[in-house]
Amino acid sequence: MDGNLVDIKHEKLSFFTPVGEVKALNDVSICMKEGEVLGIVGESGSGKSVTAYSLMGLTADNGKIVDGEVNFNGHRIDLMTEKEMRKIRGKEISIIFQDPMTSLNPVYTIGNQIEEAVRVHGDKSAAEAKARAAELLNLVGINEPEKRLKQYPHELSGGMRQRVMIAIALACEPKLLIADEPTTALDVTIQAQILELMNDLKQKLGMGIMLITHDLGVVASMCDNIAVMYAGEIVEYGSADDIFYEPKHEYTKGLLRSIPKFQEKEYSALVPIEGQPVDLLNPPKGCPFAPRCDSCMKICLREKPDRTDFGEHHYARCWLHAKAAFESRQGGDR
Amino acid sequence: MVKYIIKRILMGILTAFIVATLTFFIMNLVPGGPFLSEKAVTPQAQAAMEAKYGLDKPLFIQYLTYMGDLLHGDMGVSIKKRGFTVNDIIGNKFPVSARLGGLAVLVSVCIGVPLGSIAAFKRGKTLDNVIIVFSTAGIAIPSFLTSTLMMYFLSVKLKLLPSLGLDSPASYIMPVIALSLYPTCYIARLMRSSMLDVIGQDYMRTARAKGVTTFKSIFKHALRNAILPVVTYLGPLLASLMTGSFIIEKIFTIPGLGHEFVSAIPSRDYPLIMGTTIFLACFIIVMNVVVDIAYAFIDPRIKLK
Repeated sequence: MDGNLVDIKHEKLSFFTPVGEVKALNDVSICMKEGEVLGIVGESGSGKSVTAYSLMGLTADNGKIVDGEVNFNGHRIDLMTEKEMRKIRGKEISIIFQDPMTSLNPVYTIGNQIEEAVRVHGDKSAAEAKARAAELLNLVGINEPEKRLKQYPHELSGGMRQRVMIAIALACEPKLLIADEPTTALDVTIQAQILELMNDLKQKLGMGIMLITHDLGVVASMCDNIAVMYAGEIVEYGSADDIFYEPKHEYTKGLLRSIPKFQEKEYSALVPIEGQPVDLLNPPKGCPFAPRCDSCMKICLREKPDRTDFGEHHYARCWLHAKAAFESRQGGDR
Repeated sequence: MVKYIIKRILMGILTAFIVATLTFFIMNLVPGGPFLSEKAVTPQAQAAMEAKYGLDKPLFIQYLTYMGDLLHGDMGVSIKKRGFTVNDIIGNKFPVSARLGGLAVLVSVCIGVPLGSIAAFKRGKTLDNVIIVFSTAGIAIPSFLTSTLMMYFLSVKLKLLPSLGLDSPASYIMPVIALSLYPTCYIARLMRSSMLDVIGQDYMRTARAKGVTTFKSIFKHALRNAILPVVTYLGPLLASLMTGSFIIEKIFTIPGLGHEFVSAIPSRDYPLIMGTTIFLACFIIVMNVVVDIAYAFIDPRIKLK
């Protein structure tokens, strides 16, 4: 598996709360090559952000990796101390957050915050850091960088702030950029601009991007591969084409059905996925999606489905596909 | 900014004028007078004394005279402390109270801010609980109790510290502790809650994601955001502590302004009541302007208009 930028193997992560153990990640495996764009989609609480944060060691204090390995660029993230992690954060791996309005410190200038990111790693002088900050602002398409560097976050629009966040993330030319719903808090027109910017930067800098979103439209335009997460598991993984044209998991199909289609009849109603997300304090025995699945069978409630491969890079965890394989292996009459 | 400060000063003068007017009339509404406690005063003698201090004139004329003098910076002559002008009394006693109060404020900030921050960072841990318990106790225990206990143990029993006056540096220790206990605990609690709020903010996560050390993220990113409520509290705190505490000055026999402030009232020393009240009001007004200006320096989102 060498040569992979990200190699997460069977990661299990739980949050230990006063009410009990919340199993946020259940056996998640992810591989990313250098320069690859991976989209992680799923609803709130499906574990997409937790997966990304655990890669940066930014999991909340009560969250622990209970099993599995997290490899990044030759580092065993799950075994590293906070001090060792600090050397990687912002340097080899960066993140941009969902809400640019609150992600910048309101009491320091943009320049101060970008220069800080530049100077944390390496030994640039104040003047060099300032020049680099101006260069970064140029790179993310902000005009008059000299003037902007002296401004405070509240003097910039949401789109501008997200560009500044991207500039901060790119300060040390990381190998992987995690984008945690980078466009969710922005206007639709600004969303398109930010995505375009990220696409440009990927071409220019050749870094890998892990794009976390619940908007399938966003991943379609950018991603090489897509992981669909549900209840802390990857229920389907494949190339963008696999996911969009040959979805195998019922949840993926449901997600695709719920995208508004503007070409069709003028008043076609949205198709929601009925039911409630899984309670991760008491995860079900069987397939976590079974209670909401239209094609649910008896076995789905009883046992977790194994992974069924459909090609080199396309797999899903669903009894509809696993059943044949399971029956042939067990020889039973389930 | 300059415009704002000028505006605030003009507003302050108006406030001080209102305070002076209200105090003057309320003070005169209270029954009694400065010469009632004197023994066997003949009506003639009393009339002569009232004439000397201008108390025989109609109230409104007295008011106009007082305000006229006040405009010239003259707050009159104390009735009870013969031979002292109110300006003298404030001029002599304020530095004593201000030094003591200023020290107490310094101590409360230097201890309260770190204590509150530590509690916030150790939320739910033993250290946090210990700090909460002690700061709650510190707020609840009155200063006369702590002063008396300290005096009993440290001065009387162990003979470590002088029990009265402010003659040596050591004699400051007990009054400063007694004065700063409440504000220290209050600041610790303020700081804890605002720090907890700041720790949960997204920009703290950004700082961590950049690879900034915990120490730097606290001192650079968290403290400046979390200190605002403390700064707000500091304005009135400085004003009240620097103008002296009656109780502490009484217990430790300190010749400060706080004592004059209170004792002027039962003795109906009208000019001294007016003087100390106006002085305190002006002090609070100035402190509030200072706090507002400090605010704008700490948080650039605040624009002074």
